[in-house]
Order: sequence, then C-alpha cells, then structure tokens
Amino acid sequence: MGQTFAEKILAQKAGLAEVVPGQIVEVTPDAALSHDNTAPISGIFRKIGVERVARPDVHVVVLDHACPAPTTKHAQNHKVIREFVADQGIESFFDVGRGVCHQVLAEEGFALPGRLVLGSDSHTPTAGAFGAFAAGIGRSEMAAIMATARIWLRVPESLKIVVHGRLPEGVTSKDLALHAIGDQGADGGLYQSVEWHGEGVEALDMEARMVIPNLMAEMGAKNGYIPPDEVTLNWLEGRARAPFEPVYPDPDAAYARVIEYDAGAIEPVVAKPHTVDNVAPLREVAGTHIDEAFLGTCTNGRLSDLAMAAAVLEGRRVAPGVRLIVIPASSEVYLAALDAGYLRTFVEAGAVIESPGCGPCMGNHLGVPAEGEVAVSTANRNFRGRMGTKESEVYLASPLVVAASAIAGELIHPQDL
Amino acid sequence: MRKTPEPTEVQIMSISGKVWKYGDDVNTDVIFPGKYTYTVSDLAEMGEHALEDLDPEFRFQVQPGDVIVAGKNFGCGSSREQAVKCLVAKQVGAVIARSFARIYYRNCINNALPAIASPEAVDAIEAGDEVEVDLEAGEIRTAKGTFAFPPLPEAVMGIFEAGGLIPYTRKRLGIAD
Repeated sequence: MGQTFAEKILAQKAGLAEVVPGQIVEVTPDAALSHDNTAPISGIFRKIGVERVARPDVHVVVLDHACPAPTTKHAQNHKVIREFVADQGIESFFDVGRGVCHQVLAEEGFALPGRLVLGSDSHTPTAGAFGAFAAGIGRSEMAAIMATARIWLRVPESLKIVVHGRLPEGVTSKDLALHAIGDQGADGGLYQSVEWHGEGVEALDMEARMVIPNLMAEMGAKNGYIPPDEVTLNWLEGRARAPFEPVYPDPDAAYARVIEYDAGAIEPVVAKPHTVDNVAPLREVAGTHIDEAFLGTCTNGRLSDLAMAAAVLEGRRVAPGVRLIVIPASSEVYLAALDAGYLRTFVEAGAVIESPGCGPCMGNHLGVPAEGEVAVSTANRNFRGRMGTKESEVYLASPLVVAASAIAGELIHPQDL
Repeated sequence: MRKTPEPTEVQIMSISGKVWKYGDDVNTDVIFPGKYTYTVSDLAEMGEHALEDLDPEFRFQVQPGDVIVAGKNFGCGSSREQAVKCLVAKQVGAVIARSFARIYYRNCINNALPAIASPEAVDAIEAGDEVEVDLEAGEIRTAKGTFAFPPLPEAVMGIFEAGGLIPYTRKRLGIAD
C-alpha cells in the first residue's frame, strides 16, 4: 500500500520503515520557528532546568507580532529575546523589521522540500507550499524542543484536494482557498494533512501557492502540502540553506477523502464576519460599507499581492474616511515594492505604509478598527474581537478586493470599479 | 487569594462540578483575546481573561472542578497556549467537546487539562448540569447517563500523568524537583 506525503515524511523523520495514521512518533525538527513568543518560551525552557538549548542551529527566531514594539512591555519582551538568542548561540535570529516569520522562513531558505518544520504559531503550515511537513505547536512544546530537540507528533490522516482547470482573471489563490474552507467548514480538514494537487495548483506561482497551506490552518488542518516542482525549485535557487530531498506521496496512497474542484468555476469570495468558513460570493456582499482596508500579513503580503493592489490603485484615491493600511510581509518585499514604484502608488493614493510585521492582524497595533467599524483584510482570521474590539466586523478577501474596496469605500471587485 | 495549581501538583483523578456549555467552533481569540498575548504572563492573571469574549460571566462565576462542554472544533484559531492555561488557572476540571482543534488538543495534554472528545456526552449534557469525570475509569457521569471515553494514547499518557510536558521533560532528563 502506498504512503501519503505525511506518512512517508514522518516515517523518515522518525527513523521508521513506515507509519500509520494515529500513530505517535517522536521526531527532531529540521527547523523550529518561534517569534515574539520566544520570550515566554525561554521562560518555560528555564523552568525545565536545562542550561543550554540542545540544538541552537535548529531554531529560527523572527520578531514580527508587535514590531516595532508598541509598548514598553512589548519592548521588554523583545529585549529578553535578544539576550536569550545571543546567550544560547541561536544564530538564525531576525530582528524587528525583517518581516513576518512565515515569509522570512521561506525567504531565508528554511522552508524546504522534505524538511520537518515545526513552529509555535498556527500558520506554520505555510511552509508546506514548498513541500515541507510544516505544523504548528504550542509554547511548552517549543520549550521542550529547546531542551531536548525532540517532540511527539501524531501521524495525521490525509485529505487530497485536486484542482482542475485554471482560475479565471481576477480570481486569486485566496479565493480558491476560502472557497475550499467555506465548502468544507472550519473543521473540514481537522487534524489532517491536506495535499493540494492538480493543474489548477501547478499553474500558480510560488507566492500564490503559499496562500493555500497558510489558510489550511483555518480548515483545522495539521499541515498543508503542495508537491514541489520546477516552480518550487526555481524559487529556491540560491536561497536554500541546506541540501534537500523532496518527498512525494505514492500514487496508490490511501486518503481519508479526495475532493475535486474546478478552478474555472471559482469566483471572488469573502469570508464574512465572524468566522473564516462564513464564505460568500463577493457579489452577495458588494456594496457593504467599509471603514478600513488592510493589505498584508503572512497570507497576502508578498510582492505579487502588492503588485495586484498597486495596479488597481494606480491613479486613484482611497475613499474619504477610509484607511488603507499596507504592510509588506518582509523587508525584501518592501524593497522590491519600493523599486517597482508600488509604494509611491500607495502613498499617492492615500494609503498608510507600515514596517514589515503582523501589524493589526490580531489587534496589536498599526491600524486597528474602532467600535462599530468594518474592515476588509487580506489576513487569515476574522473572529469576533480579532482586530482588537468585539464591536467591529472583519471581512477577509483577496488583495484585489481589498484595494478596490478601499477606493470605493465599500466591498467591490476591481472589475466593477 | 486562591492559589492556582502548578503543573507538578498531584492530578485530580476524579473531577466534578457544574457544566458551562457552549457551541461549535469556539476559537482561541474568544477564549483568550490576542491583545493580551504579550501583556499578560502571570497564570492567575490569564485566568482573569478566560472566555472573556465568549461569556463575560464565566471568569467571575466558575468554580474549581467545573466542566466546559462544547461543540465541534473547540479551540480553533491561534495556537496560543494561554487559551488552555487560563482554564487551568481557573481550575477547570475538564473540557468535553464534540471535537478539538489540534494545537489546542496538544496544549491540553501538555498542560494536563483533560480534553475529552465525546459527541454523545455533549448531546446529552446541558448548561448547569452536575457532571463527574473519572479519568481512571474513562467515564463521564451525569444524571442523564454515563459516557465512556478511551484512554489517551500510551505514548502521551506519560506526559499527562506527570502533570504536563514540562514536569514530564524534567523527569525524562533526570532533573530532580
């Protein structure tokens, strides 16, 4: 019987001939990602009573959740982290301004085919776009990895999604992913490894692909996976930190379910307040007033996202009373957007540009909505209170829709501007 | 001021208390709002924000041993461990749900908070019911019936019995308490 991606890679990492879903294995990750939570994690690590981090070379620490520090408490948090990584010899440390951890992990060449990436962040699955087994874990577990370099994982069942055809003009991988979540539900992939196959996926460039595993976290998945191909290898050229060996599922692997989508039938969608699976066609909510538009995050803060938005905003103005917050997902994206002229387009349109990081995504800083306000965002979560107050509403959408809505002051697609 | 239990303290093998019942897809943003993630680090203080955006009364009325009963996908969303720790701080006896989000489930094991998936129990139990959970026997006992649940996988049982991942790791490394 053939093995799924998850079964194959976890067997390899556990040093076993084969594993079955439900089995518990113990593994050492190739990369262990943490961010601003590294301070509390180091505190838990200290409580274990071990002096030195077992594998400082495995840990990647990226400051992004509240960067630059909005309060003294946050700044103190960052100070603790800087001291800890220096003391422990954790060299892969990326300070304030480098960018959102999942984007930086990819740019710095840690998200590689066939690698095991664990992160104390629920959107760690993003690295699955590169064919890594990438999953989120809790703080205590990251502390245990610091102490022992080992952690337990349960081998997941696997869900196979096959996408036929191609996305129409004006429809993005964000719409595709939201469509799947709306269709399957917030627990549609619960505890599963979700593999995305088919020409509809292969046709996407690397940046568009990253959106899909990122959003699989919102379908309850353990991890997401896109088979590495030429597109992946080209993107990784000159970036990969280590040699890698892609892992592919066997053609006769056993999946819990196989789901098929026709990319050509996908239309622009939004996730309405207050859950990610509350997905509806944009045309059903078009005309809804918005107060704030947010372009950024680990989901859609890459160069191609900014390019899409800049094309819409070129020569136009953000509607009076509306804030458009733009946050490039990394310093690399920031510079490329600067060189391409997008930042000028944004500022001339009346947008606000912020330093790379998570920004207002979880209500920390850099442009949170007021009570009674409505925000449209390229982020991945819209739970009640997510952006700082329970008395606001958040719609999730593609960069195209966020840009167009900022201009119109209401939910709209660029094609209807 | 009631002392909140440290993970190394003796595990209560029999839990009993009142039921707090909630619906499906209760996410970690309503269990423990994101804005407190880096500003609240003390366990007792975490408890003060437990379920703040879901049920404002909970954190004031909950008693040690009380049980949370919920629908599917409990604990979805952010991986923040405070969403489990705040319940530990309030000495919640157990969480019974139709299903759990996976990182939340892991965080429960790692903090020795019993997380039991039992759709039958959830269907039968109502808010305010008195319920007893026997971890050793693997039973949920209510006036409406007794519901069996399977034990934790052996590989992770050790973590739970040690009182959580940290005490378990200390034990494995041979670090004396």
